[in-house]
Amino acid sequence: MTDNTDNLHVMNRAALTKRLVGKLTKREAVIGGIGNSNWDLWASGKDRGENFYMLGSMGLAAPIAFGVAIAQPNRRVFALEGDGSLLMQLGCLSTIAAQKPKNLTIIIWDNGIYQITGSQGTPSASAGTDMVAIARASGLASAAWAADEAEFDALVGKALTTDGPHVIGVKIDREPGRDQTDRDPIRFRETFSRAMAQAV
Amino acid sequence: MTSATDAPPTTWHAILRQALKDNDVRLVTYVPDNVLRPLIDGIHADPFFTAFPCAREEEAVGIVTGASMAGMRGIVMMQTSGFATLPNVLASLPVAFQVPVLMVVSERGTMGEFNPGQAIVCRTMRPILDSMGIEHHTMTRLDEAAFMADRTIRQAFATRWPACLIISPLLSGARK
Repeated sequence: MTDNTDNLHVMNRAALTKRLVGKLTKREAVIGGIGNSNWDLWASGKDRGENFYMLGSMGLAAPIAFGVAIAQPNRRVFALEGDGSLLMQLGCLSTIAAQKPKNLTIIIWDNGIYQITGSQGTPSASAGTDMVAIARASGLASAAWAADEAEFDALVGKALTTDGPHVIGVKIDREPGRDQTDRDPIRFRETFSRAMAQAV
Repeated sequence: MTSATDAPPTTWHAILRQALKDNDVRLVTYVPDNVLRPLIDGIHADPFFTAFPCAREEEAVGIVTGASMAGMRGIVMMQTSGFATLPNVLASLPVAFQVPVLMVVSERGTMGEFNPGQAIVCRTMRPILDSMGIEHHTMTRLDEAAFMADRTIRQAFATRWPACLIISPLLSGARK
């Protein structure tokens, strides 16, 4: 578990998304944020009904996941969110910290760019903003950077076995998403809701 | 649920709270507002509800959307100016995905508004709702309140579409 950004190994979002989904054995819900977070989730297994693919509403992956977590306290829920997206909705970290959902984990994919709009740098990258430190200062005590794949595995393991809310920060490379989702919101909602109706 | 011995509610906020209970709307997310205070206070005092404030209206819509897809009905409460921050997320989330997110907006910016900014923002609210086909009703009369609230909420869930109840100063008394 790493507290600062000094010594972080740059990892790959597609590979880590696959790694995460591969560890999910109890119908955990995964909410993919807009753009590449979504597309790599889609590429990791588009038939997985517990995945929800957000098609707009940039910044709302964590609030949507939080809502699922409230409705189903026995199901663990993951939000996959980019640094630029989270920057749009930092207030939600305080909202979540105030309610302390035990079953929620937010994974921040931090590449420092708005990749999908042409890879422009984020203000937070220019400023050296530490997204995990923001989460911790917002009241989310279990927030850490994953320095490498082994730490990522350990933090996901902690998220799957201990009470949250948890935040896992990951510095990622600039490889674009591996695939693109269909654009079929009603099917996505139906599939996800059906999966959520299955007991954990 | 109301038991046979309970008198029917007689204030707009008690009527609205009862309509939420009758339709199993348990999750209430809100951005604080003075006019809505008796409604929000009553909801917090009632263990039927899970209620909490959000930092911003957009996240409240996200939370209710997620909960609804996972089987728990919810509502977002806010002021007119807060509603005006919502068009993008309404269009791309509950409307596009057809998730029945309920909204209650206390109407500011009309009937004696002193703040020009609020008055202008208020004029954007109904066109935004209309442009997305979101059913909205303005509650002005106590004798219509129970029917309007219950039927609007019921239709939202039956048709899987967001809906909005606007609390007029005519009903709430609003700010002096």
